Amino acid sequence: MQIDINGQAAYAYTGGKPFDAGLPCVVFIHGAQNDHSVWSLQSRWFAHHGFAVLAVDLPGHGRSAGKPLPSVEDLADWIELLLERVGAGDTAKTVSLVGHSMGSLTALECASRHPARIARIALIGTAVPMPVSDVLLGPAKDNEPKAISMINGWSHSPRGTVGGNTVPGMWMLGAARRLMERQKPGVLHNDLAACNAYSHGMEAAAALACPALVVSGSRDMMTHPKAAAKLAAAIKDVRSVSLDGAGHALMAEQPDAVLDALRGFIV
Amino acid sequence: MTYNFDTLALHAGQVPDETFGARATPIYLTTSFVFKDSDQAAALFNMERAGHVYSRISNPTNAVLEERIAALEGGVGAIAVASGQAAMHLAIATLMGAGSHIVASRSLYGGSHNLLDYTLPRFGITTTFVDPRDLDAWRAAIRPETRLLFGETLGNPGLDVLDIPRVAALAHEHGLPLMVDSTFTTPWLMRPFDHGADLIFHSATKFLGGHGIAIGGLLVDGGSFDWEASGGKFPTLTEPYEGFHGMDFSEESTVAAFLLRARREGLRDFGACMSPMTAFQLLQGVETLPLRMERHIANTRLAVAHLAKHEAVAGVGYPELKNHPDHALAQKLLPRGAGSVFSFDLKGGRAAGRKFIEALRVFSHLANVGDAKSLVIHPASTTHFRMSDAALVAAGIHPGTIRLSIGLEDAGDLIEDLNRGLAAAAKA
Repeated sequence: MQIDINGQAAYAYTGGKPFDAGLPCVVFIHGAQNDHSVWSLQSRWFAHHGFAVLAVDLPGHGRSAGKPLPSVEDLADWIELLLERVGAGDTAKTVSLVGHSMGSLTALECASRHPARIARIALIGTAVPMPVSDVLLGPAKDNEPKAISMINGWSHSPRGTVGGNTVPGMWMLGAARRLMERQKPGVLHNDLAACNAYSHGMEAAAALACPALVVSGSRDMMTHPKAAAKLAAAIKDVRSVSLDGAGHALMAEQPDAVLDALRGFIV
Repeated sequence: MTYNFDTLALHAGQVPDETFGARATPIYLTTSFVFKDSDQAAALFNMERAGHVYSRISNPTNAVLEERIAALEGGVGAIAVASGQAAMHLAIATLMGAGSHIVASRSLYGGSHNLLDYTLPRFGITTTFVDPRDLDAWRAAIRPETRLLFGETLGNPGLDVLDIPRVAALAHEHGLPLMVDSTFTTPWLMRPFDHGADLIFHSATKFLGGHGIAIGGLLVDGGSFDWEASGGKFPTLTEPYEGFHGMDFSEESTVAAFLLRARREGLRDFGACMSPMTAFQLLQGVETLPLRMERHIANTRLAVAHLAKHEAVAGVGYPELKNHPDHALAQKLLPRGAGSVFSFDLKGGRAAGRKFIEALRVFSHLANVGDAKSLVIHPASTTHFRMSDAALVAAGIHPGTIRLSIGLEDAGDLIEDLNRGLAAAAKA
């Protein structure tokens, strides 16, 4: 689905069914250097079970035009604009935001800045703050292939590194690498810098007016489960789910467990 | 962290089974898989959940082999099929239909040539064959309806080394993918995706298995080719498919649209699936691929050097020899070796060829390559016996041409066997 946002073409995958603004809406927000396709299984399930789905390509990512937005706050406002354009949640708080990594910060900030439409948020593979060290930021700026290798190595659990993908025949590490390589030059550094600079997440979490779900992988090296627990502790109405053995790439490593956690939360 | 080639050859795609802890990959010899409940069944059919339904489409044992070859090639995924020919057909049938056109190297395995030159035209897909060394010929053969460029990493029979970086760049200039048959090189000698290829297939029957006991094929997707950027050339991947939930495969998966369509349509409808038993047997071979390839190459280098200086031999065609037309390219693309299948010409013609073959004791006289055991064939008295000497020469084969597939035996025994054959040939 193509959506015009401030004169720029934005793309959102609708889960294999036409988008219907009259239905409760679930927005899936990908992480740094990714696109909508990281949510293909989960988004298809919601689209075929009574929800209107928007698995977005953030600006400058995947099929969405423009430059990547420089801050989490900008991304949060972009999500709000997207919802306004498609008419989701116009008449009631019926929108759920599901974000992974950078997308989780976007969901948190969007719910904080624009509480009128947001019914609930699910934060997957998350940490607040989400510092990115110079060890990674440097290569992200000057040597993207190296940075992608570092991220790929850190994003998968010991089990995920060997494989055993639930999607038959797919090599998880190869697919993750290629997806990152598909993004335009400069996107990776922009995204990581945005995560690194997002400084008031804990305040946003403390003031959150809607229920939240925090899903973390017990072997996540990118957003450590302890950091996720600290974030969850700051949220008033929160449910936490730990996926045993999962790394940061939770949707790829344990797609059914992620879906089941979301199904129990987004109703 | 990520693992290196030799570790991936043993482990990629398989974690010990959670029920019994089996270290080896279990053979899931079952046609079908029990659904947990109706919801899960529906979700599996609609691709809302991942898993196995029916072994024609996917199977856990096959999936390990698929992941393993994808890991070794540096791809995003793979599909295991009944043979190398099935892999080639699956790729073509996924990418195009009647009215489409392929540009292919003329230095191909006979089975591939048959499919392209004789069989596919009956289904409306035509091929122009070109000299793989002539980039201008590749370029000139591309038409508006061209959908694929195709060649072998090491061509048949002259071991033409495909200049993958240049042919891939040409293909991409025209919004087309390059597919290569990597059977002779395996990922241990060369990883074509690293040089720009987009799709790879293997006859896993050969070096990947190595044991010569199982027929199988593997089709691997590099995941780099942007089907949508090709200006509508690939509607099977970029437009909704009524035959599968109206799915637009490129929307569904940015990097694996090709594999999705190939599995969801190609395996479903053409049905050239691999038996899980075969997948298990091939996995046993892949586990030792690095060790075997190292030995294949070491033995081949000794055999090539021996034959090249033998007085009964008119010439040896191996890209590591300085007189091979692709010597420089082989140094660049195949630094670990140029395979273990090569041909040489006896001085004495057809009669010498027959005598050579009949004198051998270690080499097996048969029509295959890539076995752990050394193999030999004399094309002029077997695969090409109907052709005149002149026709043979036109096909790049001489009456005294012998093709060897060097195995893993003791190198001294192999050299001794070759000497036995050469002595017999000299008396013919």
